[in-house]
Amino acid sequence: MDLFADNLPAYLSGFVVTLQLTALSGAFALVWGTVLAAMRVSPVATLRGIAVTYVELLRNTPLTLVFFFLVFVAPQFGVLPPLGFWTAVIALSAYTSAFVAEAVRSGINAVPLGQAEAARAIGLTFGQTLGLVVLPQAVRSVIPPLINVLIALTKNTSVAAGFAVVELLAAGRRIALANPSEAMLALAGVGVFYLIITIPAGLLAGVLERKVAFAR
Amino acid sequence: MAQPEPLVVLDHVDKHFGALHVLKDVSLTVRRGEVVVVIGPSGSGKSTLCRTINRLETIESGTITVDGQPLPAEGKGLAKLRADVGMVFQSFNLFAHRTVLQNVTLGLRKVRKIGAGEAEERAMALLERVGVASQADKLPAQLSGGQQQRVAIARALAMEPKVMLFDEPTSALDPEMINEVLDVMTALAAEGMTMVVVTHEMGFARRAADRVVFMDGGAIVEEADPETFFTAPKSERARDFLSKILTH
Ligand SMILES: Nc1ncnc2c1ncn2[C@@H]1O[C@H](COP(=O)(O)OP(=O)(O)O)[C@@H](O)[C@H]1O
Ligand SMILES: [Mg+2]
Repeated sequence: MDLFADNLPAYLSGFVVTLQLTALSGAFALVWGTVLAAMRVSPVATLRGIAVTYVELLRNTPLTLVFFFLVFVAPQFGVLPPLGFWTAVIALSAYTSAFVAEAVRSGINAVPLGQAEAARAIGLTFGQTLGLVVLPQAVRSVIPPLINVLIALTKNTSVAAGFAVVELLAAGRRIALANPSEAMLALAGVGVFYLIITIPAGLLAGVLERKVAFAR
Repeated sequence: MAQPEPLVVLDHVDKHFGALHVLKDVSLTVRRGEVVVVIGPSGSGKSTLCRTINRLETIESGTITVDGQPLPAEGKGLAKLRADVGMVFQSFNLFAHRTVLQNVTLGLRKVRKIGAGEAEERAMALLERVGVASQADKLPAQLSGGQQQRVAIARALAMEPKVMLFDEPTSALDPEMINEVLDVMTALAAEGMTMVVVTHEMGFARRAADRVVFMDGGAIVEEADPETFFTAPKSERARDFLSKILTH
């Protein structure tokens, strides 16, 4: 157990980076994903087309490829610094937003159509109908799947380890390399830190899911 | 005496749902203050006709004007027009997450941009008028069907519409609640509101309608004043339909 005591600061600093990646990417993905979902139900065909293409493309591309694209391809167009924390945030947000969009869209579809029709019939605009009538009613059913998207995001932050971001997995790998005889244990420690985030989140999703089911 | 000016004019309107021709060359003029009852078999296109007037359904050819203005395409202009055209649905469609009072104030606040205090005052006056003021702070689901539909009427009236559309407003109600809704509608008609009402309530049609429009298979087959239509329908199809709804 000396391994953990000796390396606690390294674990913790990796854990903090993982938390930062999750929180920032999660926040951006929530905003961008909700915008994408709104585009998908909008009356403007062009917006729907853009949103469908984006969501299907990102959802069906391996996350590593999204990172590769940002790190190796985008800089050739003079856009981004090749490596680093913010590149990881952008890749993770871009990828996760596609799943957020799908979760929000299915929540929107679960709200009876008559609600939006009544809203439009009194003269609310598309944006008002969505923001004041549809989304507030979609929230209940959207939160449990969104938590699951965020759990997946938490685990997906580990892909950033391959791109020079010293988050939890990269920190654990360094500890393992420095202590080859206890490498297994070092990586198990990494697992424990992920579970600290994902298990409570999973339990919360389960509770909320039952609440939503009960309210129906 | 000169007739009142036309308020809603449908001119040679056609609409398909896929291969189904739901509105066939429909022309209809509703004058200011007029109450038109639309009647006809299920699937004849009554709801679709109603919904094209505030463009909840788009049309493929022909024109629709409200107060002289052609229906705008999707956007701010359309939202503005819809505020002037009240609609009451068969299934009420009250905003489920908002109280009865908020259902009525929402349009006043967000569309008419009226301050909270005045919006509530006006909403309460309307709820009073339709007899559900005591339910103002409840959620729609806590009300009976008849009460919900009266709130829906108040919600539409709050926008001070030029015309009110009713799509089978009493068809989802238990029999004992039908009259409380029809009474509100009859009072509205007596006050001079322009109304298009899809309904099979012949009592209401006789009491309140200036004209009955009979639809079948997506077309307007016959138009007449209520007395003439119910006692001496001209078309075979109208006679057939009336015999069916009168025998039970
Ligand atoms: N959104 C829709 N998509 C496809 N077909 C529809 C749709 N709405 C109505 N229809 C069809 O159009 C016809 C007319 O419907 P409707 O206007 O609702 O008739 P009514 O109100 O007279 O019963 C029916 O055959 C119905 O099945
Ligand atoms: Mg109908």
